[in-house]
Amino acid sequence: MRYLPLSDADRSEMLEVIGASSVDELFRDVPEEARLKGPIRGLPMHASEMAVERDMKAMAAKNMVAGEVPFFLGCGAYKHHIPASVDHLIQRGEFLTAYTPYQPEIAQGTLQVLFEFQTQVARLYGCEVANASMYDGSTACWEAIGMARRVSRRKKAIISSGLHPHYVSVCRTMAKFTGDMLETALPVLAAETDAERVIAAIDGETSCVVVQYPDILGRITDLRPIAEAAHAAGALLVVVNTEPVALGLIKAPGEMGADIVVGEGQSIGVGLQFGGPYVGLFATREKFVRQMPGRLAGETVDAEGKRGFVLTLSTREQHIRREKATSNICTNSGLCALAFSIHMTLLGEKGLSGLARLNHARACEAADRLSAIPGVRLVNDGFFNEFTLELPVEARPVVHAMVGKGVLGGVSLGRLYPGEAGLAKGLVVAVTETVSDEDIGALEAALKELCQ
Amino acid sequence: MTAVNPSGWRPSAPSTLETTAVTTTTGNRALMLEEPLLFEIGSRDQTGVDFDAAHAGPTRLGGLERNGLDLPGLSEPETVRHYTRLSRQNYAIDLGLFPLGSCTMKHNPRLNEKMARLPGFADIHPLQPQETVQGALEVINRLAFWLLELTGMHGVAMGPKAGAHGELCGLLCIRAALEARGDARAVVLVPESAHGTNPATAAFCGYRVENIPANKDGRVDLEALKARLGPDVAAVMITNPNTCGLFEPDMKAISDAVHAAGGLVYCDGANFNAIVGKVRPGDLGIDAMHINLHKTFSTPHGGGGPGSGPVVLSEALAAFGPLPYAAKYPDGSYKLVEEEHAADEHPKAFGRMAAFHGQMGMFTRALTYMLSHGADGLAQVAEDSVVNANYILRSLEDVLDAPFAHSGPCMHEAIFSDKGFADGFSTIDVAKALIDEGFHPMTMYFPLVVHGAMLVEPTETESKAGLDQFIAALRTIAERARAGDESLKAAPMFAPRRRLDETLAARKPVLAYQTPAPDGTSSDYGAEFGGR
Repeated sequence: MRYLPLSDADRSEMLEVIGASSVDELFRDVPEEARLKGPIRGLPMHASEMAVERDMKAMAAKNMVAGEVPFFLGCGAYKHHIPASVDHLIQRGEFLTAYTPYQPEIAQGTLQVLFEFQTQVARLYGCEVANASMYDGSTACWEAIGMARRVSRRKKAIISSGLHPHYVSVCRTMAKFTGDMLETALPVLAAETDAERVIAAIDGETSCVVVQYPDILGRITDLRPIAEAAHAAGALLVVVNTEPVALGLIKAPGEMGADIVVGEGQSIGVGLQFGGPYVGLFATREKFVRQMPGRLAGETVDAEGKRGFVLTLSTREQHIRREKATSNICTNSGLCALAFSIHMTLLGEKGLSGLARLNHARACEAADRLSAIPGVRLVNDGFFNEFTLELPVEARPVVHAMVGKGVLGGVSLGRLYPGEAGLAKGLVVAVTETVSDEDIGALEAALKELCQ
Repeated sequence: MTAVNPSGWRPSAPSTLETTAVTTTTGNRALMLEEPLLFEIGSRDQTGVDFDAAHAGPTRLGGLERNGLDLPGLSEPETVRHYTRLSRQNYAIDLGLFPLGSCTMKHNPRLNEKMARLPGFADIHPLQPQETVQGALEVINRLAFWLLELTGMHGVAMGPKAGAHGELCGLLCIRAALEARGDARAVVLVPESAHGTNPATAAFCGYRVENIPANKDGRVDLEALKARLGPDVAAVMITNPNTCGLFEPDMKAISDAVHAAGGLVYCDGANFNAIVGKVRPGDLGIDAMHINLHKTFSTPHGGGGPGSGPVVLSEALAAFGPLPYAAKYPDGSYKLVEEEHAADEHPKAFGRMAAFHGQMGMFTRALTYMLSHGADGLAQVAEDSVVNANYILRSLEDVLDAPFAHSGPCMHEAIFSDKGFADGFSTIDVAKALIDEGFHPMTMYFPLVVHGAMLVEPTETESKAGLDQFIAALRTIAERARAGDESLKAAPMFAPRRRLDETLAARKPVLAYQTPAPDGTSSDYGAEFGGR
């Protein structure tokens, strides 16, 4: 077995030092009846690298690859070009095969990266501090609601209808067990967001208002009136972002009064990967940092006075506080945070705003061409790189029919909100820098034919 | 002749200078290179990415255009150098033994990386129509099959994103199952030696946590546990093998007692590596167990994640597992069962734990690992990990106190205490001295039940020669600690940094880079730090 260095001679020599006559003797605490007598039947024996590769490739070949077809899916995960150096650097063994930096003297690489990552996220979101990452956007969103409960000592969260329905679903699941009350609503196919409904719902029991920006239909709403209303009632504004590239062009949530900003960082550096691993971003105000979940890297000095970094404020965390911790989170998404940070370093402000501009321009072109198809209506007034079309027919069968034409043409609201008749004709289309004119043409032709 | 001078040759012009006091202009020391922060070298006008220019046109951003981001960029060569230099300040498995107990830092096969990067896995969107992702669903379903076979359990939830997320999943299944039978219970029992995530998770699920004591052999005190069981106990969370590196021989009796009292058994599978392919937890009466794919099945730790924590479930709990999951149908097709079909196919599901369907990138790696090892190779993994740990235990028990060695062999990790060290010397001094010897230290001060615990988990991917070198180094350091060698307190001396001031970091937290004021003074960030 190519991964196991011990030879039979090593094993017997070592057993002699141990004072055991056989390996079985080392398993003597396992009751006899629980010990398997040989390799588990029903599973294959070990295989060569070549054989395993063949097996895995056969499964990979059954999937339709985003990069090989006209591709327009978004709704929480976006296809962007990732510079080659990102994947090269994250595969350096010193990053890939390191553990959580519990021994800071020999983990300054990881720690400095996390400190830089925290700074990048804080600046992107317009906040004072950010943590060293969460599992993904949806779990970060749930953790933000829990944090708002701890800060405000209230339990009612008002959720905008523009929040990704899977995120809502995660929050609803967790709330069943923690006793949080969530006020939710379904989106409608209109240009306006439900900011007014949300503001009207705020009362003295409200812990936080949760607003996605841009929202699930791609709409962009001014967060300032919501922040004002929330703050006036002693509640927090939690803003969720699933497309960080947008923040290269639109105002940062923190600038507009958000108290906690969370989101999905996948767009920058991580790739689609069928939904995971992704990287949850989490930022807030300095004064709330002790209620924040997750790891934090902080600056300090070593015994010679040289600058260095350590994990800090761990008295919030499970390994110290146990049942009193702010969260049970332990592992975060370190390597994805590294990928995010490298890509963000390559971009810089100039690159990110250029990338954002390109995304927006492509999306504007696509929106104009697609909404010119007879019977197709553009729902959004404003959007970044994702917008919603109302088709003359149900969108879900159209999406499946487009597969037959080799086009991955967007996410139908029927998939996200099954059984909701009012949303069934909605198709959410994401247009990033990876989309060419020909791709837009292919989607246009497919929609024209299928919407007749 | 020494290890660094195998030839025994003498230099023709021997050096006479004492080099330790010599400083350099740059602060660098040859291959040990200092690296500034990105924010000190980058510029807002620099970028390492070229794009086509966007067609100029009016924007449709609702009047919310942003002015400036203050994010510095670097060109590609500068970027590569920045991160390459930083990487060299990290210790890693690729460099040497990384014996962190309960963390299972084993070799990460590169085939797994290659497979995860196949475009058919890496470049597919979670919401693609399911007919376009049949191969991906097949990977999830096959990995699920392997996990069920290896554990002898009834169902598996693949979604959880890490071990602690898996614990949450398991406990939510337990709570849902208890509520379904109208039997709300308030307490979860957790051994003192448990990982911190166990009590944190139980509290998160709304349970009151009570400790159960260990006996003198480092195992759960069965009688004390039985005495505490009652109609208020929802579950017992047990780690097996436990965090002292010992198998719980009474596991079946514990499960039976918990079940008889109407409770359920959660097993923390962090230490599954010791028994994979040798023992099936399902045969021990366990109801739920998470499996850290990033431990036993070698998906890389990546400096602290991402992980993946599927949870295997007993017949009593499988019906309550979360959505979505990949199901296989008699015609050979796969379907992701989501909320839409839950009422027909999985009506008791407790809900959804994350936006999409789990850590696909980790699934491809873990399945590749399993296919490579096979049933025979995985059993050998467990055996070699146990042989390596016992070899360390018996090679060092004369210089390091091994509190449970009297009760027999350990499993995949060996535990020592700081008993016998000279006054004022502690585990941290030993750990930091190991750094100077070129090893990553073991887990320190955990589990809490052993004073100054040193938990050493070598894993099966270490050679005997590598272990011998580690044992020799740790033996010398242990002798120095017993003798009260003051120089231990200065360790590490040869790492990129000396001991770091963690107290200072926590007292005055600086968590983001602050651009210095133009007059050169640093900003006052942190000074007014209050918190709640």
